[in-house]
Amino acid sequence: MLEVSELTTSFPIAGRQVPIVDGVSFSLEQGKCLALVGESGSGKSMTALSLMRLVPRPGRISSGSVRLEGQELLGLTVPEMRAVRGRRIAMIFQEPMTCLNPVVRVGEQVVEAIRLHERVEREAAKRRTLELFDRVGIPEPGARYDYYPHQLSGGLKQRVMIAMALSTQPRILVADEPTTALDVTIQAQILELLNELRAEFSMAILLITHDLGVVSRMADEVAVLYTGRVVEQASAATLLARPEHPYTRGLLASLPSRHRPGEKLHEIPGVVPSPAHWPAGCRFATRCSEVFERCPTEVPRLLPLHPDQRAACFAREGRAE
Amino acid sequence: MKEWFEPGPLREALISDGIVLCLLALGIAFGSFVRRNELWREALGAVWRRRRGAVLVLGVYASVALVDSVVWVSASGASDQVAAHEARSLIDRAFSGAREKSYSAPFASEEFYDQSRLVQPGRHPLGTNVLGQDVFYLTLKGSRVALLIGGLTSLIAIPLALLFGILAGYFGGFVDDVVFFVMSTLASMPGILLLIALIMALGQSTFSVCVALGVTSWVGFCRLSRGETMKLRELDYVAAARTLGVRPAAILVRHILPNLMHLVVITFVLMFSGLVLSEATLAWLGIGVAGSWGQMIAQAKDELSREPMVWWNLTGAFAALFGLLLSVNLVGDALRDVLDPRTRGEG
Repeated sequence: MLEVSELTTSFPIAGRQVPIVDGVSFSLEQGKCLALVGESGSGKSMTALSLMRLVPRPGRISSGSVRLEGQELLGLTVPEMRAVRGRRIAMIFQEPMTCLNPVVRVGEQVVEAIRLHERVEREAAKRRTLELFDRVGIPEPGARYDYYPHQLSGGLKQRVMIAMALSTQPRILVADEPTTALDVTIQAQILELLNELRAEFSMAILLITHDLGVVSRMADEVAVLYTGRVVEQASAATLLARPEHPYTRGLLASLPSRHRPGEKLHEIPGVVPSPAHWPAGCRFATRCSEVFERCPTEVPRLLPLHPDQRAACFAREGRAE
Repeated sequence: MKEWFEPGPLREALISDGIVLCLLALGIAFGSFVRRNELWREALGAVWRRRRGAVLVLGVYASVALVDSVVWVSASGASDQVAAHEARSLIDRAFSGAREKSYSAPFASEEFYDQSRLVQPGRHPLGTNVLGQDVFYLTLKGSRVALLIGGLTSLIAIPLALLFGILAGYFGGFVDDVVFFVMSTLASMPGILLLIALIMALGQSTFSVCVALGVTSWVGFCRLSRGETMKLRELDYVAAARTLGVRPAAILVRHILPNLMHLVVITFVLMFSGLVLSEATLAWLGIGVAGSWGQMIAQAKDELSREPMVWWNLTGAFAALFGLLLSVNLVGDALRDVLDPRTRGEG
């Protein structure tokens, strides 16, 4: 349903165009959930903004293609693209605290979102808002309709955001770290809700997260991003059970749940290099424990290692099929 | 019907009364908006609880100005033929007794210099000026002028500043460059010189003084609203609106503007007192608005050097000006404490 291929988004840094998103490709089937996983600065949020064509200035999408149900989004005019946003691709954000306009009642904000894309009466839109509030698990929808954002808890605000995103029944929901700002019990409830809604509305979810626990609960497919490139892509079960790329292995090894108490947590040495200092070859080469001669100079390609698993690493290339 | 449009007392009266009606309607509309909107109701309620006295004083000034603006043309109570054909307010009529010949001290029964008997002995609480006009009456009349200067100028300056500030802050780039260039140019000219030049160019009338003050005073708020818009533009709910496919114009009206309203209210109140003071400065230089307190003070400056000293003319205007500015500033500070997110919750 959504086909992204060779998407590249660059920003001018230190006088040259640096690809913050560098040739990212993935596809998303109806009703499935793809997780983009990576540390902060890996380009996962920028990938999401790129496919909605909302890259902040001075960045721009320099090449690639984004096809939604066969339609090329990068070729649409600005008003056409505006009609796609919200209507066919909706987005929810990390911080429910700041995603709602503080001076407008939450119910009205959802009504406005509905009326933005459909010509419906205010009354009809209000009825639908109340139904949606009920569906996303907001208790007493009638009373909550008239609340201002500051009168709601973080979890309820995220539910309002979800209701707003679902109000036009989008084909794809982009969820940018939807649970990061919430506490653990609320996180589980929101993920559960998203899973239910995915089946109910038969929409696809593009989940952006750094939390592998969230990945295991939600995702069918995972793409691991490092410095703007996909370094490994596999089904969620495979990736969590048998990571191939050294970076993915490092990420999984540093999960606290995989450690015995008292033992020192594993960490990947070094830090994510800033875009101005990316190595010429494999960008993980500066931190990798299995470096080859070719690594710092040549860029590894994303090659299939198993039927449902691909990784971009010279150390694995010998085993490629 | 035709004579309504001709310049004259009747047209003057109709315009003035029309404005009063509009203001009352606006007041009622704002009141019902505040009633329905709990954020504003809470904020204004908090201001009322903190600064009850200052709000009441402001109310007195506003009522005097409003009453003085309700004018009609009729001969009743007029002491002479000229007054019978002028548009006059309730206050004009209340003080329309025969004029004294010259100075009278407050509550005196005879004239200040030649001790001859007054026409209205003991009836001038603030005395009379050199022309025999009652100073208390002139002071009351000044209230309307002061509110007109503050209000009309803010009405010119704030929308201008808001428009340019929001456009520059939201769109950035070329628009921002142009707005910033205009702002820097205006800010680098000596304010008082620019004011004098503008008033001379536009002709000396109440309206042109307001326009001149408006043109020279919008820069500060423009800079503020530009900065605030730049901040709001990056906020998540604006980004969220963009992902929903909202048009830029709708984002500005729906998401940026309402979140700047607290700044508008605070700026309006604090700017108001500055403007009234600026007019007093202009009056001192001889280019103020007729009938303002500034003009009264400017005229009174020579009377201080008389022997014995004539002090009530200055005192009346000064006390009225001081009372207005003090209460405006007190209310303004309370508003800022209540509305500004940075100071909210401190009190």
